[in-house]
Amino acid sequence: MKSNSPQSMKFFVFLLLALGLIGLALGGYLTPISRIILNPIVSAQTWLAKRYQAVQSLITQPEDVTTLRQQNSSLEAENSRLQVQIVELQQQVTEAQLLSTLVDYERRHVENQYIAASVIARDVSPFMHYVIIDRGSDDGLRKGMPVITQQGLVGSIAAVTAGAARVQLINDPGSSINVILQQSDVEAVLNGQITGEIELNMINQNANIQPGDLVMTSGLGGNYPANIVIGQVVTIRNEASSLFQTASVQAAVDFSQLEIVLIITNFQSIDISPLIPNPSSP
Amino acid sequence: MINLIGLILFGILAIIQSTIVSTMPLLQGTADLILLFIVAWALQDRVDSAWQWCLIGGIFASLYSALPFGTFVVAYAICVGIARLLKRRIWKAPFLAMLAGIFISTLIVLLISMIARLIMGVSISVTNILNLILLPSLLLNLILAIPVFSIMRDMAGWLYPEKLDI
Repeated sequence: MKSNSPQSMKFFVFLLLALGLIGLALGGYLTPISRIILNPIVSAQTWLAKRYQAVQSLITQPEDVTTLRQQNSSLEAENSRLQVQIVELQQQVTEAQLLSTLVDYERRHVENQYIAASVIARDVSPFMHYVIIDRGSDDGLRKGMPVITQQGLVGSIAAVTAGAARVQLINDPGSSINVILQQSDVEAVLNGQITGEIELNMINQNANIQPGDLVMTSGLGGNYPANIVIGQVVTIRNEASSLFQTASVQAAVDFSQLEIVLIITNFQSIDISPLIPNPSSP
Repeated sequence: MINLIGLILFGILAIIQSTIVSTMPLLQGTADLILLFIVAWALQDRVDSAWQWCLIGGIFASLYSALPFGTFVVAYAICVGIARLLKRRIWKAPFLAMLAGIFISTLIVLLISMIARLIMGVSISVTNILNLILLPSLLLNLILAIPVFSIMRDMAGWLYPEKLDI
């Protein structure tokens, strides 16, 4: 009996202490004490956890870097692909706009039949103002067919192969076109210059022409259909000693920016050279 | 083999010339890549295919031009002749020979082109040609002369390796 009573007392005291602590804890009386005790523990825990994470990341870092590098390279590749796509789409939009204006032109001029072609090259000699287009005799193109854009006259086909054609621009020094000035109804001859400009010649001295007059093909000579816009008169030179007036013309077409052109396929140029009398013949 | 390389090289050069270089004129003048490569090739030591490459380059240039066929062949042949002559005279300073060769060759090519144009019945103002074509083309060709010469020197070293005496 003696040996059991102190143990029972101890147990009873522990039980009372435990119940008392639980009671105090449930009543919220131990919160300040637990805060004092737990704060250093939490700090120590945080310190240890951070160090552990640092060591862990140090061990696993190579794998992460490799993954990041892979992700970076794949993102860079995707970025490049998207940039290329943007450039392609912008190009397509520009082409679509160009084609749309050309289609508008076709609708407004239903009397002609057209074939669209892209300008693929320029003459390698600076003396020649010619371009090469990606359509040829296989597409029905023939020498002498007029070439235009929605802005106006570009030139005519000078040579044809099966898949390509060479176009002589109207600003080539060898080009000569019969034109009419719309406002004044004056006829003249338009010649290209080595400078890339175009000039009106053979204007009658009595003709009253003004800067801004619209220059169009007259259809005379049989090389071009009538009423295709060429440009506007910019300056007029009228010298008393010369037989004719001359004028410089601002072309409607920007020849340095040619991309897509239309070829009038139902117009056949007429060679009138046999009809021109030869002074040497009887 | 060497002529095949020339065929490929001048084919590529003619495409670049007609699609890119011709669309970037200085006034009305443009650089002549084919001429530059022909002259640079003719000035290289041990090279014995200068005349063949001149013919190939001339034919390609003629294909891309409305000038009478053969104009470029004749012009480039004269240029190669002059380059070979210069190589013998100024053999100690190849870069100087290249600059001199390009200067003279540009004048020759443009002069022959102008003559061809006049024969075709087109009247051209000499002042305009000088100001708008000749001087800008000369400038562009001289700017490109040294880099082209360096490329062709490397190519010559590759196609005609120096023989070592053992």
